[in-house]
Amino acid sequence: MKIHKYDTVIVGAGGAGMRAAIESTKRSRTAVLTKLYPTRSHTGAAQGGMAAALANVEEDNWEWHTFDTIKGGDYLVDQDAAEILAKEAIDSVLDLEKMGLPFNRTPDGTIDQRRFGGHSRNHGEAPVRRSCYASDRTGHMILQTLYQNCVKEGVEFYNEFYVLDLLMTEVDGVKRTAGVVAYELATGELHVFQAKAVVFASGGCGKFFKVTSNAHTLTGDGQAVAYRRGLPLEDMEFFQFHPTGIWRMGILLTEGARGEGGILRNKDGERFMEKYAPVMKDLASRDVVSRSIYTEIREGRGCGPEGDHVFLDLTHLPPEQLDAKLPDITEFARTYLGIEPYTDPIPIQPTAHYTMGGIPTNVEGEVLSDNDTVVPGLYAAGEVACVSVHGANRLGTNSLLDINVFGRRAGIAAAEYSATADFVELPEDPAGFVRDQVENLRDATGSERVTEVRRALQETMDKNVMVFRTEQTLKEAVEEIGSLRERFKNCSVQDKGKRFNTDLLEALELGNLLDLAEVMAISALARKESRGGHYREDYPNRDDVNFMRHTMAYREVGADGSESIRLDYKPVVQTRYQPMERKY
Amino acid sequence: MSTPTLEKQDQAPEPADATAAHTITVTFRIRRFNPEVAAESYWEDFQLDIDPKERVLDGLHKIKWDHDGTLTFRRSCAHGICGSDAMRINGRNRLACKTLIKDINPEKPITVEAIKGLTVLKDLVVDMDPFFQAYRDVMPFLITTGNEPTRERLQTAEDRERFDDTTKCILCAACTSSCPVFWNDGQYFGPAAIVNAHRFIFDSRDEGGEQRLEILNDRDGVWRCRTTFNCTDACPRGIEVTKAIQEVKRALITRRF
Repeated sequence: MKIHKYDTVIVGAGGAGMRAAIESTKRSRTAVLTKLYPTRSHTGAAQGGMAAALANVEEDNWEWHTFDTIKGGDYLVDQDAAEILAKEAIDSVLDLEKMGLPFNRTPDGTIDQRRFGGHSRNHGEAPVRRSCYASDRTGHMILQTLYQNCVKEGVEFYNEFYVLDLLMTEVDGVKRTAGVVAYELATGELHVFQAKAVVFASGGCGKFFKVTSNAHTLTGDGQAVAYRRGLPLEDMEFFQFHPTGIWRMGILLTEGARGEGGILRNKDGERFMEKYAPVMKDLASRDVVSRSIYTEIREGRGCGPEGDHVFLDLTHLPPEQLDAKLPDITEFARTYLGIEPYTDPIPIQPTAHYTMGGIPTNVEGEVLSDNDTVVPGLYAAGEVACVSVHGANRLGTNSLLDINVFGRRAGIAAAEYSATADFVELPEDPAGFVRDQVENLRDATGSERVTEVRRALQETMDKNVMVFRTEQTLKEAVEEIGSLRERFKNCSVQDKGKRFNTDLLEALELGNLLDLAEVMAISALARKESRGGHYREDYPNRDDVNFMRHTMAYREVGADGSESIRLDYKPVVQTRYQPMERKY
Repeated sequence: MSTPTLEKQDQAPEPADATAAHTITVTFRIRRFNPEVAAESYWEDFQLDIDPKERVLDGLHKIKWDHDGTLTFRRSCAHGICGSDAMRINGRNRLACKTLIKDINPEKPITVEAIKGLTVLKDLVVDMDPFFQAYRDVMPFLITTGNEPTRERLQTAEDRERFDDTTKCILCAACTSSCPVFWNDGQYFGPAAIVNAHRFIFDSRDEGGEQRLEILNDRDGVWRCRTTFNCTDACPRGIEVTKAIQEVKRALITRRF
C-alpha cells in the first residue's frame, strides 16, 4: 500500500473533473484519479451542443434559459441554481472558446447556435437557437479541449486508478474529509490519497439498464462510495431516457438531428409529435418525446415486424447539411445499421441516458450530509452530483453546460478550501475496507457469475423501471434487485491475478450498480406522482401538494448488520417561477 | 463520410427489418499474454455463436463474460468515440467496437492481437504512456499572446474548416501503432502526435505554430514519415492522416500556414 498526500484530489477526468482540475491546479497541489485515461471519458460521447444565451443568431437572454431549465425539470429544479447555470453559461462557452474549442461559426465569425429540445424564446413561444455546437461532436471537442488545457497547466493524472472508498474522520463531532482509497488497475496495488479536499466528478450510472447510451464504464462509482459512507443520494428516481437511441443498441443519435429539422414518424409515416406537443413538436423535452414514442408503440403504431421502434427521418434534409452538421451520427447509422440516412429513415427507440439525481451539493459544489449540512472538504460536480439544476428532467445541452459551470465552481471552491484548511488525520488502517472488499472478491469461490447477475439486473431495470412505471413494476424491481444483491454475495471471479484484473473490476462495478439500482427503485416507489422523467401510470399527474420536494435516500445499517434505505425529503428552492402545467 | 476501417464489400445493406437473430459460428483467435502466468505469448482459439451484425467487441465480451473472465482488453463507449479499444484485427488496426463481424470474413478465424509498437501489458492491453507523452510533447493546446478578448475570438467558417479533419482525433493510437517507422523506432513522434500538432498549426487563432514546427523539425519529427499511408488506412475517424503530415512538412519548408 502506498500513501500519497495532496491538497486537492479530484475523482474522475471527464468534463467536470478536468474543468475542476484546471482551476484547482492553479491554486493547490492537485491530483486527478481516473478509472480511464482522461480522453476515454463519456463526456466525449455528447454530441449536440452546450446551451448559452449568447444571442449570436437571434434574440435570447439568460432569463429565458433559466425559465426553460426550470420548466424542463418539471419545477423540481432549485431555481437559484438554475439561474446561476444560465447566467454563467455565457462565460463558460466563451472560456472554452478561448481555451481553443473549435465551435462552428456564423458568417460573422462568431459561435454558431442551433435549436434544441425544450429551449424556447420568451417562455415557450417558439424554439430558439441556443445550443453552441461543434458539428455533432461537441462533447468530444469539450473533452479534448479540457484535456489539452490540463496538459498546458501541468495537471497531475493518475490514470486507471479506481477509487473505491472515501475516507472521513470525525473531528470535534464533525465528519471531515480525509482522502480516498484507490485501486491501481495495472498492478492491483492499493493507494491511499490523503487530501484536504476531494471532488467527486465520476459521472453517471446508466449501465444498470440494458438499452443505454452510456459507456460500459458508467457504473455510478462515486455515488456508491459516498452512499456507503452514509451520505444521502438525492432524486435518484429521476432518470432520463433519450428519445433517439439506435434501435436495440441504444447508441445516441443527437437531439441536434431534430434541431436541424429531423422528424419522428410512426409506421404510417405520421409526424406523431404534432399530437403531443403542438408548439415544440419534435423538440419538446426529452421525457415528453420518449413517452410519446412509447405511446405510439403501445398503441400499435410502431415500426418493423415487432412494431417496437419508430423512425428518425432525415431524408428531407440536404445531404450537404447532414455532412456538415451531423456527420458522426449519420456514420453510426451506416456502420451499425447499414442504413443510408440520405435516403432511408433510421429506426430508433428511447435509450437510458442520464442520471438527474446524485450526490447532493449546494451551488458551490459542496456536498451535503443532510438537507443543509456541508461535509467539510467534500465536493461533487457533473452527472455524479445533484445541485439540482436538472430537477425531474434535464434539457438537452444543459449537461455539457453543467459540467463546465459546476466543475469550475467545485474546482475553485475545493482549492480555496484546501488553501486554508489543515489535513485531517487518516482513520486507522485507511485501506482496510477496500482491502477486504477486493481480497474477498478475488478469493471468493461462490458459484454465481457476475455476468449473470448483471444481465438479470439490466433485464429487470429495462422491464420495470423504464419510461412507464407502476407500483407493481417497481415492487417487482425492488424484490428482484434484493435477490440479486444476495446472489452477488455468492459471486466469484475467474481472474485471480493482480495485473489488469478487469474481471475483478467488473465485479466491483456491479456491486455499485446493485446498490444504486435499489436506491432508484425504492425512491421511485415512494414517489406517487408523475413528474419529468418519473412517470407513474398509476399516478399520472404531478402532485405539487405532496411531492414538490427532493427525495433524499440514506443507507441505514442495523445493529445486526442488516441494511435498509431510509427516505427523507428536502424542499425545492423556488425564487420567481410558480409551478405551472407543463405544455410544449 | 466513409468508414475506412471496414473492408467495403459489394453487398446490399441489410434491410432494417431483417433482425430475426440468425447466428453463425465464428472462431476468434486471440493472442494471449499474461506475464503473471507465463513469459511468452500464445494464440488461443474460442468458438462462439454470434449474430454477424454484432461487433468484434461483442464477441470479445461474449468470450470474457461466458467463457474466460481472464481475457483482458480496454473498452468504454462501444461506438467509436472514446478510443479505448484499438486492436489488430485480421492484421489491421481497427476499433473492435466499430468493426462488424460480417465485414471481416467470419468464414475464417478472426485474429485479434494487441496493437504493435507499444509494450503489451496483458492480452490486448498495451502501455499507452509513450503514446500520450509524444502527444504532450507537441504542445497540443491553443497558444496566444496579448490580452484576451471579452467575447469569443472571431474565426471565419473557412478558417474553421481548414483544420476540421484533425480535430476528429480520438487518440486511439490506431495510426501510430500501424506505422512501420514507429515500430522500428519508438522515439518517432508518430502520426497521432503530428495530427494533433496540425490541429493547432492550422488554427487561425493559434500563435504557437513556429514552436511546434521546430519540435517536429527534430530528427524524430515529421521527416521520419515515409508516406506508407498505413495511418490513413487505420484511422477509425476517417482522418486523412498522411495528408496532414504532408501539410506539416510543407509548412516547415515554406513557413506558411
